[in-house]
Parts: sequence; structure tokens; C-alpha cells
Amino acid sequence: MIIADDITVSRGGRKLLDRVGITLEPGKFTVVIGPNGAGKSTLMKVLSGEMKPDQGHVSYYGSSVGLWSTAELAKRRAVLPQAVQLAFPFTALEIARMGAVAKGALNPSDEARKALSRVGLRGFESRPYPSLSGGEQQRVQFARALAQVPQAVDGETPCALFLDEPTASLDLGHQISVLEIARDFASAGGMVLAILHDLNLAAEFADHLVVLHHGRVVAEGPCTDTVNDETIAAVYGITGTVGRLPAAHIPYVLPQSRYR
Amino acid sequence: MPFKSSGEGDRTGRGIVVIAVLVVMLVAACLLSLGLGPTGVGLADLWAYMTGRGDALSVQERVILEAVRLPRTALGLVVGAGLAVSGAMMQGLFRNPLADPGIVGVTTGASLFAIMAIVLGNGILAPVSFWLGPEFLPLMAFCGGLINTWILYAISTRQGQTSTTTLILSGIAISALSMALIGLLVTMADDRQLRDITFWQLGSLGGATMPRVWSVLPFTLSVIVIMPFVARGLDALMLGDAAAYHMGVPVQKLKRVIIVAVAAACGATVAVTGSIGFVGIIVPHLLRIAMGPSHRFLLPGSALGGGVLLLVADSVARTIAAPAELPIGVVTALFGAPVFLFLLIGRNSGTRDMG
Repeated sequence: MIIADDITVSRGGRKLLDRVGITLEPGKFTVVIGPNGAGKSTLMKVLSGEMKPDQGHVSYYGSSVGLWSTAELAKRRAVLPQAVQLAFPFTALEIARMGAVAKGALNPSDEARKALSRVGLRGFESRPYPSLSGGEQQRVQFARALAQVPQAVDGETPCALFLDEPTASLDLGHQISVLEIARDFASAGGMVLAILHDLNLAAEFADHLVVLHHGRVVAEGPCTDTVNDETIAAVYGITGTVGRLPAAHIPYVLPQSRYR
Repeated sequence: MPFKSSGEGDRTGRGIVVIAVLVVMLVAACLLSLGLGPTGVGLADLWAYMTGRGDALSVQERVILEAVRLPRTALGLVVGAGLAVSGAMMQGLFRNPLADPGIVGVTTGASLFAIMAIVLGNGILAPVSFWLGPEFLPLMAFCGGLINTWILYAISTRQGQTSTTTLILSGIAISALSMALIGLLVTMADDRQLRDITFWQLGSLGGATMPRVWSVLPFTLSVIVIMPFVARGLDALMLGDAAAYHMGVPVQKLKRVIIVAVAAACGATVAVTGSIGFVGIIVPHLLRIAMGPSHRFLLPGSALGGGVLLLVADSVARTIAAPAELPIGVVTALFGAPVFLFLLIGRNSGTRDMG
């Protein structure tokens, strides 16, 4: 269980987060949505231990995040950042391997290979990272995060996966497969926190949806309670969009319809 | 590709092969350096000396081997390793293949203080100079390197975070300031001091003695000793400070340790041999092409490769115009700069081949 309580972060006189509380439970896929500048990434930084909040505290399994060593923390939670640039030509395998090494894997190269094939990048092992497309790079990074927490539950301890816009620059098929891997991780007893911009994907995958706006939590709960016309209108400024079909001449694609 | 079993994309096997080749090259370079010189003492005499038949050599030959060749080779080894490893570490820290200890102001700081020692040694600093004796110049240079690095680190660290960009930018500013102060000192210098400055700046292994080797060794060892502890962290740091932290690397501690160790190693080597350029850039760059950018092998490879490069360059420096000696900095730059430009031009085709 990872709990952030009463988190406030101010930068330059502006409150990026204002008394935000969030709880990540084992077995749950938590999704944070909200417009640009709502404080989503800041919240993730605070939760991952990367940023110290000005007020409030974060605890992992009951102990304050500050009491955990960086290395111990890394064995229990992995973070997928937004686009990562590299100046040196590491291969895809070498990148994924870093995650396995952080985990302390006995055979990090094998673990990295497994993680790459989980994200559909078998055969890409020797490709230099800078030569990959944006979406492929993103999946290599996801493989690195998976190699860092290969098991959703390590011994008795549930592990956590933090994904900052994991679907950015991915095609529709890969968006879904990445989120399915994350959902499997949660189903197996792990904790997942993802920042998403696509409300359809958020509604489909989230067990618990948190709507952030101007640094505050304006709604949270299952998607049926949070993705409604009032919230969407208040947060994004567009009305009449939830659960309605578009005008007849515009074709639309809803990934969640694939199960009907 | 050798070591097929290590599999696609994993360059561990290649790293091991390159390290092995470098060890062989280093042994060859040591023999070359020990056996080469303007006097008639050659490899045969060296062999006799090493196999315990030193009695067969004349006193003069033994003196040349023990008091001239050996310290010179040892110094080349230590300085080359120190410079190349420092370069590799700085490049990793700054995520920039062109970064060099020169960038963080170690070299210019050390140069400034060394030139201060030369110019002011008989004036304002005379008491200090008298007190420290022959160690005055090396210690001054070492202090200069450390002071500059410390100032830069203090400027670029806010709330416990070291900003690489600020570090590079302030490094450029501090270097410019140091160069300006060097310019001032040079205008104050008399003819003899000018000559000393010029030769010191070009760099040389000429004045090598065993005490000098012992005086640099601990400082260079600081970068060598930390290699196994920082290699993984430097790899992770390639993905950014945040990603490295997420992967369990104590980023601030890593940066601090590397900056201090590099300042110590570079300051000390600059102090003893003057500034020798290009070793810190060219060796890691070639090695990245040969075995990939992972620091697991890049750091030890740089230590070996730096030794090889400096010993070969020094051998060229003292034989090509014998009995005169070229400054070693001239040789490394003369070979290093064109090779480096060539690499930059061919970079696109060169680094794509990942094996």
C-alpha cells in the first residue's frame, strides 16, 4: 500500500498540488486524468519519492518514503517516464537490462530479454536505442520498468508500477497492449498508477479514477462516478461529450467497444 | 562475433574481448616505452634486467632503466589512465560525449595555480614556495583544480540538485576567467618564467621520477578505485537524473563522488605533467565504438587505453626528433585532433553498427 496524504507542492508562489491525498492499493489500477498543468506529473514525482512535498507525507507499506533507501525503493516500484532521449547508442537490450540490474536480477540479460518480448520487441535486442521510433523507444522504456519489477508481488510485498503517459506516441494497438500488461500486473496483486490523457482508455482500464484540476482532486472513484458530463465540463471545458454518439458523418473509434 | 552465447544486443562478450586486447596492447606499450630511447639501452637489456641478470648490465645502463625509463613509463601509465577514466566519467556525468575534465574547470584551475606558482614563486608566494620546496608547483595545481571544481559545484547545486547545464555554463565562465588571469600573469612574467610556462603548458613526461609517480598515484587511484561503484550509476544516469533515481541510484552522492575524484585525478596529473589534451576524449570515444557505451567495460577499458595512448605518444615524442624531445601534448593533439575530427565526420556510419 502506498499512501500520499495531504500533499502540497508550491513552486514560484503557485500551488502545483493543493492538499492532495491518494492511495494505491494492491490489485488496483489507479488512473490520474486532468488537463495540462493539473499537477499529474508532480503528483507522480511526489509518490515515487523523487520530489519532496512542501507539506504532507508519502508512505510505502506504512513507513515514510524518506526512511527507504533509494536502492530498496527501486526493488519495489518502477517508473516509466515520458520520452527519454539518449546521447549514447545503448542497445534496446542494454536499456532493459538496467532495470533488471536495479532489481538485482541474477541474470539481468535474460530478464531484459523476457521484458522486451513482453512488450512485443523480440528481435529488437541489438537495435541501438537512438535509431528506434518514438513509440519503440517508449516500449523499450516500458520493458526496462517491467524488468525492474518483473513480479507484481515480490515474496509478500506487492510492487508498484508508475506510468507517466505510457500511451503517448504509441499506436492504438500498442496503447491497449501496454495498458493490458499494466492491468495484468494489477490483477496479479501489484499496484499501478498511470497518468492518461485518453479518457476512453482511462475509463476502460481504471479501477480507481482520480480527476486532478488546478492541483486539487475534484473527483475520484470508479469511472462511472467520475467520467460524467459535469466533471468533464468543469475540468476540460467541453460539454455534452459523455456517452453520446457524434454527428452521423464522423466515424468514431472506441477501443473499449472491442469487447461487446 | 565472438561469445555467441551472450546473445543478441548484449555486448558483454565484446567488452571482455576488447579488455583482453587492451591488456595485451598495454604490455606491448610498456615494453616499447621501457626499451626505447636515445641511448643504446634496448629490449634485450630490458629482458636481461627483468629476468634477474641485471649484473650483466653496466652501471650506466641500469641507471637509465631504473631512474629514467621506469619512472617515465610508470608516470605515463598512471597519468594516461587517470586522464582517460576522468574523461569517461565526466562524459557520463554530463551525458555528453564531448565533455572533458577541461569543461568543469579542473584543467584551467590547475593551470592557473601552476602558473601562479611559476610567476609568483619568487615574489608574493615565496614563503609558501620555500616551505613546500619541489612539491610547490604540483600542490598548487592540484589545489587550483579542486578549488575551481568546488566553486562550480557550489554554484550549480541548488536544494541538493546539481544542474548539469549550469555546471557546464559556469564551467565555461570560470574557465574564461581563469584564462584571463593566466593572461595577466603571463604579461607579468619575465623571459625565464615565460619559457617555464610554455613548456609546462605543453605537457611532458620528461621530469619523471619515482617520487613524482608516487605523488600522483593516490589521486589517480581515486578514480580507479571508484570505477566498480559508479559504473552502474553512470549507465543509469544516461537516462536522466530522475530515471537513475527510480532505478535506485543515489544520484547526488554519485555526482559528488565523481566530481571530487575527477578533480583530484586531473589536478594531480596536470600538476605533474602539464596539460595533456585529447586523452580524456579520444580514448573513451574509440572504446564506445569498439564495445558500446556501457560503463561496466568503458571505465576499465579507458584506464588501459589511456595508458596505451600516453605511452605510445610519449615514445613517439622522444624518438621522432631525437635527441630533442617533443612535448607530449603536441603529439597527443597532433594525432588526437585529426582522429577526433575523422570520427565526428564518420560518426553516423560508425556508431550504427551495434553488432
